[in-house]
Amino acid sequence: MATQNTRTLARLMMAPSVVVLLIWMAVPLAMTLYYSFQNYNLLTPQNVSFAGFFNYQYFYTDPAFFQSIWNTLLLVLGVLAITVIGGTAIALLIDQPIFGQGIVRILVISPFFVMPPVAALIWKNMIMHPGYGVFADIAKFFGVQPIDWFAQYPLFSVIIIVAWQWLPFATLILLTALQSLDSEQREAAEMDGANFFNRFIYLTIPHLSRAVTVVILIQTIFLLGIYAEILVTTNGGPGYASTNLTFLIYRTARLGYDVGGGAAGGIIAVVLANIVAIFLMRAVGKNLDK
Amino acid sequence: MGSITLKNVQKHFGEAKVIPSVDLEIKDGEFVVFVGPSGSGKSTLLRLIAGLEDLTGGTITIDGKDVTDAAPAARGLAMVFQSYALYPHMTVRKNIAFPLKMAKMEQAAIDKKVEAAANVLNLTDYLERRPSQLSGGQRQRVAIGRAIVREPSAFLFDEPLSNLDAALRGTMRLEISDLHNQLKTTMIYVTHDQIEAMTMADKIVVLNRGNIEQVGSPMELYLTPRNLFVAGFIGSPRMNLLTGDYAKAKGATTAGIRPEHLTLSKESGTWKGRVTVAEHLGADTFLHLDVEGIGQMTARASGEFGAHHGDTVYLTPDETRLHRFDDKGLAIKA
Ligand SMILES: Nc1ncnc2c1ncn2[C@@H]1O[C@H](COP(=O)(O)OP(=O)(O)OP(=O)(O)O)[C@@H](O)[C@H]1O
Ligand SMILES: [Mg+2]
Repeated sequence: MATQNTRTLARLMMAPSVVVLLIWMAVPLAMTLYYSFQNYNLLTPQNVSFAGFFNYQYFYTDPAFFQSIWNTLLLVLGVLAITVIGGTAIALLIDQPIFGQGIVRILVISPFFVMPPVAALIWKNMIMHPGYGVFADIAKFFGVQPIDWFAQYPLFSVIIIVAWQWLPFATLILLTALQSLDSEQREAAEMDGANFFNRFIYLTIPHLSRAVTVVILIQTIFLLGIYAEILVTTNGGPGYASTNLTFLIYRTARLGYDVGGGAAGGIIAVVLANIVAIFLMRAVGKNLDK
Repeated sequence: MGSITLKNVQKHFGEAKVIPSVDLEIKDGEFVVFVGPSGSGKSTLLRLIAGLEDLTGGTITIDGKDVTDAAPAARGLAMVFQSYALYPHMTVRKNIAFPLKMAKMEQAAIDKKVEAAANVLNLTDYLERRPSQLSGGQRQRVAIGRAIVREPSAFLFDEPLSNLDAALRGTMRLEISDLHNQLKTTMIYVTHDQIEAMTMADKIVVLNRGNIEQVGSPMELYLTPRNLFVAGFIGSPRMNLLTGDYAKAKGATTAGIRPEHLTLSKESGTWKGRVTVAEHLGADTFLHLDVEGIGQMTARASGEFGAHHGDTVYLTPDETRLHRFDDKGLAIKA
């Protein structure tokens, strides 16, 4: 198929985009790396000097550093758990032949089309607000004290909002995987005496494993960088309770006007993300080779 | 035990009456083959028996028990699918063991049964492989293994050999016949392959548009087809169906003569024809001819018959083997 000729042509055609992508990635990375070794504070922009590893030490010894890493992990794992389990459940439901299937499916994927800050603001002001949110109304209806979500469970609230946004993605991928399950296999299992529960365990779950892998890999990449939802809801607080690594970098660089410190944090985040990526590819990536 | 009775079984998909009404009696231990052209409802009928489709009307009885509304697993039948439908992430061993596991059998008993089935089917060396690492014939055997460990009251096969090459099909055909002789379990087998139907069946059911055209042993269908459809469908190459003066002279609307019941000669005969295509198979020669006053006919000579495109050949029908049909297409009894 791929003759020498087509391969050369393909390389030639791809070259421009590869070059652009490389510049796109390499230039910011190089600049970040450069600034992470500089004393560069926007309050005193004239005093730029070489800092050695001071910025790294500063970021690393920040009392919020380990908490932010912990929060990042909780955020990623929490959202993954909710979207994978919830996505499988919803996919199973909307895979059933029901009246108005098309509309139901569009409704289910619609959260994906709402921009993250907008979604977060709606959740903050219309759903989770302790005074006039939907949850508060429900609580009042049952005569319970409404929960002040963002004060009492700040990180969990962010997890719920982000999970709501990513649920359609997981559902969509898992639904297409469900639909590619060979119907004769299902029927064979039915004849072999497997009830619905057994068919789910022995047939559906193994069949979905590849799709779940894709969901986990793609979502992890995006979830490591969650930022907007935190900014418009809790602003990282109270204290550092809902600050993840990305948000800590923002706090350092923009609220502390410390460009050098922020850049060092950015490099640390890149390194950590790569560690997670390697770990993930080892752990679940082999599912893709089957 | 595995006697199956269908009474007035109907299946409609929306407006389409795929099976208008079928009555069928299958005796315990019989090898029954469903044949018919594509879309004639063979698979549908099999799936109705299996319980994979709901009946629109009628009843199905297995061993005297009404199973019309029973779940597939409750019917005690095992099915081998055209696509084999093996579980791709399980090893051969686990695939074969699956129905036993679902029946909550003890592990030791499961192992014994799986080993025994693997032995019968020559799969012992492949037990730890996955289906994707097997050849088509091996996969087919795993599917059969999964069916036999359950010791069902009947096996259902839906075109199990159609994905195999011709040589393998021949071997598997023998293996399945052999299996039937050993197990003596009822088998229902769907195919549109003439040879499979003729060689394996105790009883052939010819389906056409969801209706049973004829039920009988292979030789009954070959020797006394009940109507034009069966006459044209059973036998390969197809029976020559002649209308016009010749049929009228024999007191029929249509006269049928099988290619093998025509004697070929280069000198003289009843009909004179010109060869359009000659197929030399060594053991047989099939001649497709343009016959004067009749039209296209096919003749079969056993062994080599030296005729080629454009040659003139004479045909003589063996009139004792003539089939006569009336204007409704039904056979006229001699
Ligand atoms: N789920 C369905 N919905 C609507 N029509 C169907 C459905 N399944 C089968 N049919 C129709 O029923 C008829 C019989 O189909 P069936 O699969 O039983 O044919 P078959 O004899 O097995 O053919 P083949 O030899 O091609 O497998 C066909 O006309 C088909 O279009
Ligand atoms: Mg079919």
